[in-house]
Amino acid sequence: MAGEKKQGLQLLGFWVSPFGQRCRIALDEKGLSYEYLEQDLANKSELLLRANPVHKKIPVLLHDGRPVCESLIIVQYLDEAFPAMPALLPAGDPYARAQARFWADYVDKKLYDCGTRLWKLKGDGHAQARTEMVEILRTLEGALGEGRFFGGEAFGFVDVALVPFTSWFLAYEWFGDLSVEKECPRLAAWAKRCAERPSVAKNLYPPEKVYESICGMKKRLGIE
Amino acid sequence: MAAAGGGVGDGELRLLGKSSSPWVFRVRVALGLRGLSYEYIEEDLANKSDLLLRSNPVHKKVPVLIHGGRPVCESLVILQYVDEIWWGTTGPALLPSDPYDRATARFWAAFVDDKFFPAFSALFRSRTDEQRAEALQNALLVVETLERAFRECSKGKAFFGGDAVGLVDITLGSHPIWMRAVDEMAGTNLLDGDKFPGLAAWAERFMAVDAVNRVVPDAGKLLEQYKASRAMPPPAADSS
Repeated sequence: MAGEKKQGLQLLGFWVSPFGQRCRIALDEKGLSYEYLEQDLANKSELLLRANPVHKKIPVLLHDGRPVCESLIIVQYLDEAFPAMPALLPAGDPYARAQARFWADYVDKKLYDCGTRLWKLKGDGHAQARTEMVEILRTLEGALGEGRFFGGEAFGFVDVALVPFTSWFLAYEWFGDLSVEKECPRLAAWAKRCAERPSVAKNLYPPEKVYESICGMKKRLGIE
Repeated sequence: MAAAGGGVGDGELRLLGKSSSPWVFRVRVALGLRGLSYEYIEEDLANKSDLLLRSNPVHKKVPVLIHGGRPVCESLVILQYVDEIWWGTTGPALLPSDPYDRATARFWAAFVDDKFFPAFSALFRSRTDEQRAEALQNALLVVETLERAFRECSKGKAFFGGDAVGLVDITLGSHPIWMRAVDEMAGTNLLDGDKFPGLAAWAERFMAVDAVNRVVPDAGKLLEQYKASRAMPPPAADSS
């Protein structure tokens, strides 16, 4: 971008965290330069604990030293603090903004938790998680509708909220014995479309790496 | 009706709700602060209306605000929607204009829903002395964090939002009447004025705000409902 002006942005993240990736994608979409600081979550830094004393979690955005926590709050902050850059939430349309917030909230409430149950549980719990995962993906596909992106023609807030989880689709497919392509072809097509964007390609890890990291987690937790 | 001159603020308002829901209470307060008239429809959550199921097919929950026929769901989404649509008209803005302050307000509103409510809910639902004691300990830790948040956000003023009620006030303020019902029955004192002077005084001020006072459920009735619910066998998951 023209004249890399230092706006004093830093992001505390963890490589495979989809919540951190939302922020990285948003920063790139808005053409903002920042310093990325990978965190060791098993051994949390003073900086992280000071910046997020309430939750002690990543991601945390530091803007000239002031912390903003919670990924969707960070994305909205970037949108509002840097309004001249492309808008992630549709400007001037409160109803469209409400819809975007609703769907981003839906992703937060449903997807990660269900995905976790899918790889953690066995038997009935696993079967229940699989059924829910298909329902969640179909619901999201319904929200996408016929648009290129969730907001319509432009890549926006809901796309940012959901796209990091596309790296987790493969893991959901393997742990859930399901096919996103088969269950939700339009959602699968949306995922491919997003992957072509530089901000997404640059910040997401290959699905195989995510799957590997989940297997690692399972092992550490003593789950077969 | 809304004071905004023609356009975005127009359209009939309907609110699908339940009198015992803190989340519905939030929306009623927000609408009241703006002097907005609306049709209130009390839902029977054991027998959900077609309108509710059509308006919120994803969660099937209240509150749902229907504006000019278009539904908005999830209380915090609704509050921000009301704030944006009727921005600049009667009543205070729920969110400040500075982006950093907005992020701070959103953070604490999310904290109320994600941390305070589960902790309080565990206390609300506890049936044995043991459950109650553990739940109380956890709840008090969260209230302690909120006391600090109040000092940080209010900067010496009356509300989290400053001089006027804001997003965090309404979000947290939807719970004190239920906290009082629990206190009555369990002999607890959640917003203890000695331990949490900021919050205790804030709760009094919030409950005295006109728009809050006008829609607050009757405390006696709430207590009776709460007592009755504790006497019944554990129910299936709450749907509101």
